[in-house]
Amino acid sequence: MKFYRNVVLIGIDDDSLQSGAREIETLLKREIARHNLSDEINVVEAGALGFFGTGVTLMIHPGQITYINVTKEDIPEIVEEHLLKGRTVSRLIMDSVYSRGYDFNYKHRIVLENSGLINPDLIDEYLGTGGYEALEKALLNMSREEIIEEVKKSGLRGRGGAGFPTGLKWSFTAPLDAKQKYFVINADEGEPGTFKDRLIMEGDPHKLLEGLIISSYAVGASKGYIYIRGEYKLCIERLQRAIDQAREYGILGKKIFGSDFDFDVEIKVGAGAYVCGEETALIESMEGKRGQPRSKPPFPGVVGAWQKPTVVNNVETIANIPGIISQGADWFRGFGTSDCPGTKAYTIMGDVSTPGLCEVDMGTSLRTIIDNYGGGMKNNRKFKAALVGGAAGVFLSDKLLDVKMDYNNLHEYSAVLGSGAILVMNDDVDILEMLWSVIRFFRHESCGKCGPCANGNEILYKLINNLRKGEGKKTDLDQMLQISEAMFNTSFCALGQSLLLPVKSAVTNFKEDFLKRIN
Amino acid sequence: MKIMINGKSYQASPSETVLQVALRNGIYIPHLCYHQRTGPAAKCRACVVQVEGMNGLQTSCNLSVRDNMKVITDSPAVKAAQKMVVDLALSTGKHDCLACEQNGDCELQDAAYYLGIEHPSYQVEIPDYPLDDSSEFIYVERDKCISCGRCVVGCNQNVVNEVINFAYRGFETKIVFDQDLPMGTSSCVQCGECVQLCPVGALIDKRARGKGRPWNLEKIETVCPYCGVGCKLELHVDTLKNEIIRIKGVEDSPTNEGMLCVKGRYGFDFVHSPERLTKPMIKENGQLREAEWDEAINLVASRFNEIIEKHGSDSVAGLASAKVTNEENFVFQKFMRREVGTNNVDHCARL
Ligand SMILES: Cc1cc2nc3c(=O)[nH]c(=O)nc-3n(C[C@H](O)[C@H](O)[C@H](O)COP(=O)(O)O)c2cc1C
Ligand code: SF4
Ligand code: SF4
Ligand code: SF4
Ligand code: SF4
Repeated sequence: MKFYRNVVLIGIDDDSLQSGAREIETLLKREIARHNLSDEINVVEAGALGFFGTGVTLMIHPGQITYINVTKEDIPEIVEEHLLKGRTVSRLIMDSVYSRGYDFNYKHRIVLENSGLINPDLIDEYLGTGGYEALEKALLNMSREEIIEEVKKSGLRGRGGAGFPTGLKWSFTAPLDAKQKYFVINADEGEPGTFKDRLIMEGDPHKLLEGLIISSYAVGASKGYIYIRGEYKLCIERLQRAIDQAREYGILGKKIFGSDFDFDVEIKVGAGAYVCGEETALIESMEGKRGQPRSKPPFPGVVGAWQKPTVVNNVETIANIPGIISQGADWFRGFGTSDCPGTKAYTIMGDVSTPGLCEVDMGTSLRTIIDNYGGGMKNNRKFKAALVGGAAGVFLSDKLLDVKMDYNNLHEYSAVLGSGAILVMNDDVDILEMLWSVIRFFRHESCGKCGPCANGNEILYKLINNLRKGEGKKTDLDQMLQISEAMFNTSFCALGQSLLLPVKSAVTNFKEDFLKRIN
Repeated sequence: MKIMINGKSYQASPSETVLQVALRNGIYIPHLCYHQRTGPAAKCRACVVQVEGMNGLQTSCNLSVRDNMKVITDSPAVKAAQKMVVDLALSTGKHDCLACEQNGDCELQDAAYYLGIEHPSYQVEIPDYPLDDSSEFIYVERDKCISCGRCVVGCNQNVVNEVINFAYRGFETKIVFDQDLPMGTSSCVQCGECVQLCPVGALIDKRARGKGRPWNLEKIETVCPYCGVGCKLELHVDTLKNEIIRIKGVEDSPTNEGMLCVKGRYGFDFVHSPERLTKPMIKENGQLREAEWDEAINLVASRFNEIIEKHGSDSVAGLASAKVTNEENFVFQKFMRREVGTNNVDHCARL
């Protein structure tokens, strides 16, 4: 292997591409060549480096020096000063932009351990990190039951929102005697403000693929699907490349690693409906039907895609599997809390200094996440609220800043972890306006299958519009609560049931924002 | 097996749902999307009940019975949820019952009545759906549609004409014909199955509009006069005017299970045609004149007898109509064989 004096990682993700990352990459390579440094300096494309809204980001090793908002004009200076003369360009360094710095937390990463460090387009780089060793171990040394037992022991819970124990879910499907079973990765990621799955897939597509193959082997599925939202063009590209490379290496196909397990994967591209993230609607959509949920029971694990047993798991859930298999359940339990072991990927948005992505132990408090990974409140403004769990989440007040966040703990405070989206709001933000946009979102995304959701959202939208215009009455608040309560009790799927949490938490925790609009 | 509903025990069979057992025993649970011929859809959510040992409320239409299941259909919590569901449905449509054709025969009204909803609690603007007046026999008023989906199942799965489906999403969801064509230019064959299944006044018989309230019309069961299938009809008759206002298929008829074709359902205008023969006519010297039945029958009988005497029984033949019932055809062939003494008997076997 060739050694380089410096390695320059350039974060290529959907956001940086919009800021011209490709152009800058070309320019960078040209500048390096102009200085005859091509033999000494390696430019590597990586997935997202962990921030959001920082334009094109470069990370230079050794030293993990991170430049953000890099423009074409900055490139000659970076090459000449840093790469040639060894002097950093301090005005672009992240730490000098954000006073509190940024904690990459690489030691405590599982699903994002390689993100930003390896080139996601090269299977060899993934293999170089020990990739596909877990698969080899699973296929050659472990029985299906042992794998499921290990996953059960690890305490892994689904990261798609509901936190259902993954091993238990598999154990409903594994024993079924069916000619065909399917394994579906839910990469629809429709929850507003959530993009953790995207960054996992963009940064380390092979990890998801490895997890998928192991999981499918465990439940006896010979065909896998990755159902991914159409907007995720780069993910689709990288996943397809990963699949092609894996086929070429014999990691997909017949008799993988000489075992008698045959497996292949297909990507299914969704058309962008939030409800298609719900597993039964996802299956309907995969079958080419109108994206609407099915009645449960029967659960998809028993009667799923094309009437065959089908396990649906979230991207992040499955990206944990290779680690659990190669290093064991006990290792996994070394992260997080006893009820919810492992880590959680969060996307932190809103009024923080460094919006972006982080992976931290389950049970990390909101305060720690905001301070260490969000860079603290932007412009040192006062924290007012956080919407945790996406649009289907809860408006938390500062009283809960120090609660250890995991599925169980938040439940005690009538809150949810959901997809792990955190939207931080400072004291300038009007919660009524935030709730308005949440309701508008649900109104737009209701699939229309059932009455309470289609009609309830419409009426909630009307009521909150009245409040916004200053034409609301105090009884409107009670009505909003009653309607969302009834929607919770009667809606067909969790989409319609979801509004109760944001409505109730907004109206109870931030009542003043509503009352001040009522005369 | 037995299940308990509101503290009383009822016999149930394992293939039944809670809603079916309840309805069979006269216990009303509001339901808008369930119909015995379209099955449980669990879409309207009005039929929620509480079941001991189960979390939250359950829709009773798709809940299979289990032995010793304990169901509550009328606790305050259950009724509050049902009431809100129905109230939301009423609030989001144009439900001006006074002018509605379905008034008095409307399942949304029934549910509102049971739950004590006097008027809708909320008012929202309804998308401005134009009335679809394009079909010859069916009138489509989308702002009364509650998206129950019965017409969709009926058209696609019962009569398999595959014309209606839902389009768009959320509150904007609406039924469409083909690719959102006016009903009259779509591939609809106007069998009226959708009309028969619609629980509200969204799909109605066009020619019956304004011609009488359901409770003023006498319902008379009969057999369709058109073809040999013999579908059972229910005529809705204005007895004072002696006029058929509309025809429905009889739901529990094993022949047609409520379904009819366009002729059986809508082709009844001949009944009231002034050109229709109401008395026998006898032709004399090339001219038709009215006669009484006795005279006509005597004439036919005596002429037949003459012919048979002169030329033998096989010189006559009987041709029956396929429009009459099996029983009538049976009597006819018996008459030809036994009384006339010929096997020359057939029927038209076409419409
Ligand atoms: C409206 C709605 C949207 C959902 N969207 C997603 C999604 O985008 N991604 C996801 O993984 N799960 C989503 N879910 C949850 C899935 O139904 C399912 O529970 C999940 O994929 C199971 O995976 P897990 O056990 O690994 O969490 C959604 C659920 C609902 C009700
Ligand atoms: S709750 Fe909403 S999204 Fe879910 S089935 Fe009903 S209408 Fe569709
Ligand atoms: S459909 Fe029913 S509730 Fe609506 S206006 Fe007609 S009768 Fe009234
Ligand atoms: S009349 Fe018959 S064919 Fe036409 S839409 Fe209704 S059910 Fe379908
Ligand atoms: S038109 Fe009638 S039957 Fe069809 S969905 Fe609407 S309410 Fe139901």
